[in-house]
Amino acid sequence: MLGRASSCDVTPAASAVSCVIRSFRGSLSPVGKINNNNSGPGERYLPRKMAAQEVQPSETIAKLKLESETLKTKLEEERAKLHDVELHQVAEKVEPLGQFVMKTRRTLKGHGNKVLCMDWCKDKRRIVSSSQDGKVIVWDAFTTNKEHAVTMPCTWVMACAYAPSGCAVACGGLDNKCSVYPLSLDKNENLAAKKKSVAMHTNYLSACSFTNSDMQILTSSGDGTCALWDVESGQLLQSFHGHAADVLCLDLAPSETGNTFVSGGCDKKANVWDMRTGQCIQSFETHESDINSVRYYPSGDAFASGSDDATCRLYDLRADREVAIYSKESIIFGASSVDFSLSGRLLFGGYNDYTINVWDVLKGTRVAILFGHENRVSTLRVSPDGTAFCSGSWDHTLRVWA
Amino acid sequence: MSGSSNIVAMKKIVQQLRFEANINRVKVSQAAAELQQFCMQNALQDPLLTGVSSSTNPFRTQKLCSFV
Repeated sequence: MLGRASSCDVTPAASAVSCVIRSFRGSLSPVGKINNNNSGPGERYLPRKMAAQEVQPSETIAKLKLESETLKTKLEEERAKLHDVELHQVAEKVEPLGQFVMKTRRTLKGHGNKVLCMDWCKDKRRIVSSSQDGKVIVWDAFTTNKEHAVTMPCTWVMACAYAPSGCAVACGGLDNKCSVYPLSLDKNENLAAKKKSVAMHTNYLSACSFTNSDMQILTSSGDGTCALWDVESGQLLQSFHGHAADVLCLDLAPSETGNTFVSGGCDKKANVWDMRTGQCIQSFETHESDINSVRYYPSGDAFASGSDDATCRLYDLRADREVAIYSKESIIFGASSVDFSLSGRLLFGGYNDYTINVWDVLKGTRVAILFGHENRVSTLRVSPDGTAFCSGSWDHTLRVWA
Repeated sequence: MSGSSNIVAMKKIVQQLRFEANINRVKVSQAAAELQQFCMQNALQDPLLTGVSSSTNPFRTQKLCSFV
């Protein structure tokens, strides 16, 4: 028994929360911590000497590990029991989609470096985008005019979001913060002067999103956590711990379906959270690499994910499992960004091989491949009224497709 | 020291797993049918799916208005 306590085996339960990370720096909150920041593989088990003195804790740990193994098996069994059919089988009788003609209708040029993130305004024509060179630009996508530009004090602005009112934008990145800039009608006004720092993380900001109003912002970070903030006071309202590595993306559930959001991370997990309690209510771990993007299905009953494992997947929340994989042998580069068309029938995926693949969500087949970008597609969003979608790329441009 | 913090962390994992194991689930056939139904119901209102014509899609308009 003492021997087992000091064995080198890291059981799946422990490895699930051990640090398997991409660029993980900074501290995890104490809640999620099993290993100290500086511990190597040799420090995950109790040395024989300590085990002899602490028989109680090692017995309890062994019992807990056993229980977690049992529960994991039970979870898999419960999920498997309900796996009576595949989504594409159910969709066999559905009419296949015809040929798609989607072209670049607008090209937005002006960023001096890689475009990392973009978001649509609710007015369906304005777009905010952020770039590696520290610039955040607000565009009128109809005319391609730049309406506002802000220079952030940091490079790699990895996240940006438009406020629901259209009167402000939020952004952040390597500065570990999320800042809100009110948009002024006066073009000459210096936007940076009115900047409000809202969120503070201990590592880079990977994604941000306003909730239903301009009053609250949800953020995800390389520090492994997500957090909900009050914009006015900058106060932390709720924090979300459970990812074992950098959190790369998040998406809020459509407002009709309540107060939840989904996040994806470098730990290959997608977690669904209750915004009020901070609890993780469902967790999915089928991807084989970092999850770069998550997006809710329009009904709120499912969500899609895009990953460095070159696949996109669909997870149904009521069946509590993955129900579709969108992949092809010829697609070997990671998917960086995904979004659904208005009805949920189409899934658009931006990939690191410079292309955009369009998938039939129900049948699981690819219906179109779009070329145009000259470097990785890093971000992709469908417009609020579904008439077009916009992609941003490391080639410094954004393209609007319809 | 590391022993007790390990226990706390493990207990949280077990608690979380217990919670997740107990949620209500539906069969994939039912969930899939509902996803499909949503698609079908909203298909006509999906401009990217149905391919809205140039005259109604603001992004497809080729001509730009100019004031003379």
